[in-house]
Amino acid sequence: MTDVAFTPTFVLSMRGPSVTTEKPKVRIALILVSVAFLVLFLLLPLAAVFYEALSKGVGTYFTALVEPDALAAIKLTLLVAAIAVPANLVFGLAASWAIAKFEFPGKSVLNTLVDLPFSVSPVISGLIYVLLFGAQGYLGPFLKSEGIQIIFAVPGIVLATIFVTFPFVARELVPLMQEQGTQDEEAALSLGASGWKAFFKVTLPNIRWALLYGVVLCNARAMGEFGAVSVVSGHIRGKTNTMPLHVEILYNEYNFAAAFAVASLLALLALVTLVIKITLEWRYADQIAASRRH
Amino acid sequence: MDARVTNEVNYRAATLDRVPAAAPRDKIVDVSVENVVRLFGVTPALHGVSLDIAAGELVALLGPSGSGKTTLLRILAGLDLPTSGRVLFDGEDALKLTVQERNVGLVFQNYALFRHMTVLENIGFGLRVRPHDRRPSRKEIKRRALELLDFIQLSGLEKRFPSQLSGGQRQRVAFARALAIEPRLLLLDEPFGALDAKVRRDLRRWLREIHDKTGHTTVFVTHDQEEALELADRVVVMSDGKIHQIGTPDQIYDEPNSPFVFSFIGESSMLPVKVEQGKVWIDEQALDIPAKDVPAGPARLYFRPQDVEVSDELHGVIPAEILAFRRHGGSRRIDLEVGGRNRIEIELPADFSHNLSGWIGVRPRRYRLFPAAVEASAS
Repeated sequence: MTDVAFTPTFVLSMRGPSVTTEKPKVRIALILVSVAFLVLFLLLPLAAVFYEALSKGVGTYFTALVEPDALAAIKLTLLVAAIAVPANLVFGLAASWAIAKFEFPGKSVLNTLVDLPFSVSPVISGLIYVLLFGAQGYLGPFLKSEGIQIIFAVPGIVLATIFVTFPFVARELVPLMQEQGTQDEEAALSLGASGWKAFFKVTLPNIRWALLYGVVLCNARAMGEFGAVSVVSGHIRGKTNTMPLHVEILYNEYNFAAAFAVASLLALLALVTLVIKITLEWRYADQIAASRRH
Repeated sequence: MDARVTNEVNYRAATLDRVPAAAPRDKIVDVSVENVVRLFGVTPALHGVSLDIAAGELVALLGPSGSGKTTLLRILAGLDLPTSGRVLFDGEDALKLTVQERNVGLVFQNYALFRHMTVLENIGFGLRVRPHDRRPSRKEIKRRALELLDFIQLSGLEKRFPSQLSGGQRQRVAFARALAIEPRLLLLDEPFGALDAKVRRDLRRWLREIHDKTGHTTVFVTHDQEEALELADRVVVMSDGKIHQIGTPDQIYDEPNSPFVFSFIGESSMLPVKVEQGKVWIDEQALDIPAKDVPAGPARLYFRPQDVEVSDELHGVIPAEILAFRRHGGSRRIDLEVGGRNRIEIELPADFSHNLSGWIGVRPRRYRLFPAAVEASAS
């Protein structure tokens, strides 16, 4: 039996023979398939974006970014994110507090509704707002008489973005807050802290990493959202075009270098988000592990 | 870390000349609970509970889970409100006070230490969140927190986070945090529930010493009768939202006032009997023990395994068939069957010897008789 220890199986598996782990060949095959898949579907396209963006030289690249319509698209995207993300931060905190910390009728319905935007096609999400606020929509005539334009204008883009991104913060917070329960808050109150002090000194620090994580994901989606925004935007250059829509327009005009230049900004945003996400997962996993050690 | 090791072994309270956590005389309250009812929807968690706790007393609320003991504790703390009834601290209506105003030190079963704060920050939390006009200076807060840390014998661990402490250490930090606000009343929810047996025994002694030093009126909830009987001045036995008995540990153990208390506290054996002509009958056999004031009719006889004497004579005693002998620590346990259906257990000295089979007469030296109707209404 001692011979077994010196067979190649043992050397390859590193941890000693095991009856439950896969054979080395299977392992290598699984790893190769995943790596090949990632290269083909993620790394190649990413490289292609930067390659195409810079194919006509660095000068063209920067010209495409500072051209007025591109700048307007970047500004609009930042504006939309600057409204949608804080709105969803407040909504996410309120909803997860309600779901995790106390009982009320209809709680499970709220919990399910929070996930709704994930299961609805973004195009439908956009259409809902056209149906509500568009010229032929339910509130269309009223809005027109009041001189308020929502569809094919910035408010519509903001609304659609908020709708599509609202699960992100709540999804991160609900399970964590449910696990943490209400004892910490009760302890803070019994020690004399007011409700707000308990919230800022105890609740918020307990969920800070999960909250930041949710905000980062929410922001990435808010900036990158295409479908819902495309329906309500109206594609007016320099006015209601966000970055993803601007990329589409440039591409349809066969202006590939400019399209990929703007796209490279979004790709960069995705990479930054990924780095923050990994960092937070590392920090946050550590914190979760600490809180579970009893 | 040396300090950690010695602290685990030695839980004796610090022998300081001055006790930093001692309750100022005028701050210790007596507590009066009057006819408190708490309904959750339509389910009653407490049905009209009344209880008086003297200033400086250490009282245990003892009962199985679902008995309402934690609900009562939360009402005292101000974390829950009764549906009706009154709660008085020193004769003043405590229900008018918010949880913050009650100034009650609360220790949770899982300690609820703030995980992102160090031990020192945890202990000082109650002082740091006080409104401006009543908040001590930063230096003073730190001094008091360090003093308390010394008092609970965890000096040197002030920079640790809760996750870096053992269960017993967290328990003591939670305790110091509650003492830091100079509470008028200390409430402990299953204070030793999450600890292993050895640490639990040591901390029990530690808590008693701390209580004797600081003098706070203290109420703790437990489902562990050993803990309640050993630690408390008085024990309140609860079940199904009602108080069954309030008394000293001796009274609770020696004079249980109901079938529930008798069977819940300590070990007991029960036999269905009949009271007639002032005598206790088992099947057709009259026992030579008085029926006291129990009315004629079906009744239940309760006694503890060790409160019996045995004989080979079967007249006037409970005739029982021996099923098994077992060695039980320093004594011997015998399983018996009475009347072919009821099993009882008795305890005799280890040197008791007898045939391993056959019949034996059992006569309870101490016992309680309860009319069968009481049993039915109580359970």
